[in-house]
Amino acid sequence: MNGEWLPQFLQFLFSGITVGAAYALAALGFTLIYNASNVINFAQGEFIMLGGMLTVFFLQAGLPMPVAVLLAIFIPALVGILIEKLAIEPVKNAEVTTLIIITIGAALVIRGVVQIFLGKGTHSFPPFSSAEPIAIAGATLLPQSLWVLGVAALVVVALGWFFSRTLMGKAILATSYNRLAAQLVGINTSRVLFISYALSGALGAIGGILLTPITLTSYDVGIMLGLKGFVAAVVGGLGSGLGAVVGGLLVGILEAMGAGYISSAYKDAIPFALILLILFFMPRGLFGGKVTDRV
Amino acid sequence: MFRSQFFGLIVLAVILVVLPFVLPNNFYLDLAIRMLINACIVLGLNLLIGFAGQISLGHAGFVGIGAYASAVLTTHYSWSPLGAMLAGALAAGVLAALVARPIFKLKGHYLAMATLGLGIIISIIVRNEAALTGGPDGMPVAALALFSFEISGEKQWYWVVSGILLFSLWASLNLIDSPFGRALRALHGSEVAAQVVGVDVAKYKLAIFVLSAVFASLMGSVTAHYVGFVTPNVADFFHSIELVTMVVIGGMASIYGSVIGAVLLTALPQALAGFEGWETVVFGSILMFCMIFMPKGLVPTLAAKFGRR
Amino acid sequence: MALLEVSNLSKIFGGVRAVQNVSFAVEAGIVYSVIGPNGAGKTTLFNLITGIYTPSEGQIRLDGRDIAGVAPHELARFGMARTFQNLQVCMNMTALENVMVGAHLRLDRNLFKGALRLPGIARRDALLRAEAAELMRLVGLEAFIDAHADAMPYGALKRLEIARALAAKPRVLFLDEPAAGLNPTETSEVDSLIRKVADSGVTVVLVEHDMKMVMNISDQILVLDYGKKLAEGTAAEVRRNPDVIAAYLGTHQ
Repeated sequence: MNGEWLPQFLQFLFSGITVGAAYALAALGFTLIYNASNVINFAQGEFIMLGGMLTVFFLQAGLPMPVAVLLAIFIPALVGILIEKLAIEPVKNAEVTTLIIITIGAALVIRGVVQIFLGKGTHSFPPFSSAEPIAIAGATLLPQSLWVLGVAALVVVALGWFFSRTLMGKAILATSYNRLAAQLVGINTSRVLFISYALSGALGAIGGILLTPITLTSYDVGIMLGLKGFVAAVVGGLGSGLGAVVGGLLVGILEAMGAGYISSAYKDAIPFALILLILFFMPRGLFGGKVTDRV
Repeated sequence: MFRSQFFGLIVLAVILVVLPFVLPNNFYLDLAIRMLINACIVLGLNLLIGFAGQISLGHAGFVGIGAYASAVLTTHYSWSPLGAMLAGALAAGVLAALVARPIFKLKGHYLAMATLGLGIIISIIVRNEAALTGGPDGMPVAALALFSFEISGEKQWYWVVSGILLFSLWASLNLIDSPFGRALRALHGSEVAAQVVGVDVAKYKLAIFVLSAVFASLMGSVTAHYVGFVTPNVADFFHSIELVTMVVIGGMASIYGSVIGAVLLTALPQALAGFEGWETVVFGSILMFCMIFMPKGLVPTLAAKFGRR
Repeated sequence: MALLEVSNLSKIFGGVRAVQNVSFAVEAGIVYSVIGPNGAGKTTLFNLITGIYTPSEGQIRLDGRDIAGVAPHELARFGMARTFQNLQVCMNMTALENVMVGAHLRLDRNLFKGALRLPGIARRDALLRAEAAELMRLVGLEAFIDAHADAMPYGALKRLEIARALAAKPRVLFLDEPAAGLNPTETSEVDSLIRKVADSGVTVVLVEHDMKMVMNISDQILVLDYGKKLAEGTAAEVRRNPDVIAAYLGTHQ
């Protein structure tokens, strides 16, 4: 082994953690919706896409950055609410397969609308601060990566506070454990659904906005990002917030390492190979509990 | 009661015989052939999803294995089409059998994730191994010659595919009403109840998964030879979703629903061609609409409406 | 040798001992009942014996063969059948098909023969249909022979499970609260059905809350409390046992 391995390793690690943070946000979005309604929202990736594309659109329309970003978070949250109200609530007790198709339908609609109004091109916008890479032990770290990590960490902390300290957060947790019991103690479960979908849309969008200066965006990036977020959520045990964060980082890092050391062509396959391996040996993910069927 | 199911088979046979004589041109005949091929794949998938209750979000992977086995083996290694087709089916079957035990310990969303992952990995391999598969551009496939007989032209293909579909429908109707099929449906209804009467649940899930994978692969080969060209889209995640949507829109656990679902969803993109740019939006809206208002699918919903079980 | 011998059986769920060191033996041909207050571990005991759970400790012998930890579908081969406290009826099938599934192991289950509907399969299925209808009559479900399972009332579904279990032609039948949720008329019908089944030579192991029924039809009774064996004996013996009385009246020290 030559002396070059450390910088290279760090380089892969940096890019892995950066994307991983965005996966973690998407995985948190999956987890929120899954806990609130037992639905896997295949439109989650489209929130990520919307975040990036809407920011591009509002910047081009001449709005200042902070306004553009706020709008690009607010609109996907609204879209999340719309999906919940129009498509999920009317069919609450449908089979898993039916719900999956509904959310995929929603994803197609979002993607189609963006394609019509914002076009098929690839877009980006400048990083939030300097574009000058920072040198660390021979590797380079983009300032935008620090933004991604910093904001993601902030979001995670804020969510942690929300769930442990606020009444609404506790109500969401209670609903995820037992909907009926939550209703019986007077929790407005319909409001819980509403907030979960809004938060989930916002989380996805934040990830998309942060990532766009590094990875670029276009109308069709949602599906892969969303599926990888789903992988991250399942790695973490589907339903566990901490699991989602760890899962996101793990998927991001392994993907970057795999792309660097094994094959960049198979980069996209790595998260899926990882999840198959994990599920083969741990059927409920790394953080999922053991279940015993009652008969 | 069940015998009356075969009445539908006769009706369908009559329609299939008359159809080529009323269709105005080869464009519609081509559309009909693609509908019939999809109906076959969807039928196999419905046995797995609708009857055995095990979701697969990666079934296009198996279609892709068949299509590319036919394309690659006949083009690069000069295999006979029949040999290539069987090799593809064998590969799909072996792969399905290998992953079935660990995969079908999973349930619900975890199973969805695992099958989705499997399908995506297959499609990525097809896309990346450009030296063999032509990569994203795809590759041409020779005509289907069986021994000295070559199938060519829409008319011939139409009769071949019609025959395959009718036979598969007949066999599926038999199967679900046989001891094997009842065990399969029982494990869907209650896994533990099936176990205590002696159903080796893992073995049955494996068997039906392998069956539907092999069938998907065979139909993938048929598609490749018929179209004369394959692209990685055949193995894509989106194609998997299309297939599952056909199952659900037609009706889970409905044999004839599989045909209806395949016919409708194959025709839909053609019907939407006039929407210029809005196809995706309209397609997505229709999926949502159908599932919200008919979560059980078309055939079971209509059957319930007209008081038939 | 007893048909079923359970010795020192225990099951621990995350620190909770649901069943503790329970031993008993069931002779062939009798009705053996397991009773006890809610949470006494009766259903857990059933789930251990029928292979749904794996025991933490202890042996279970059927005909002298150790069956602890053997999968449920293997146990069916040895002549074991059961019903469930929480209904496990296949709602995606007709009532008759549910019963037919019970005969699973007695049929040719080949996939290809089934798909081609070979004459042998078709003939056997026709016979089985008649046989299943006969079983439905036996359990008093003649009115539901053409019904779909999801269109049947609760009481009928409970008996449908018994018919399904009988279709397996078991040697030992485990019934988990067959009378729960039934009205008095239905209960007495199930009562006489169990008698009939036992008289036909099938050993019946029963978990039941309806004391009248238990005292009426049981040859032997096992009383569980907090996962432990409290008493065992005939109805008369159990009824006199001071520990049993205490447990049921709740006068624990």
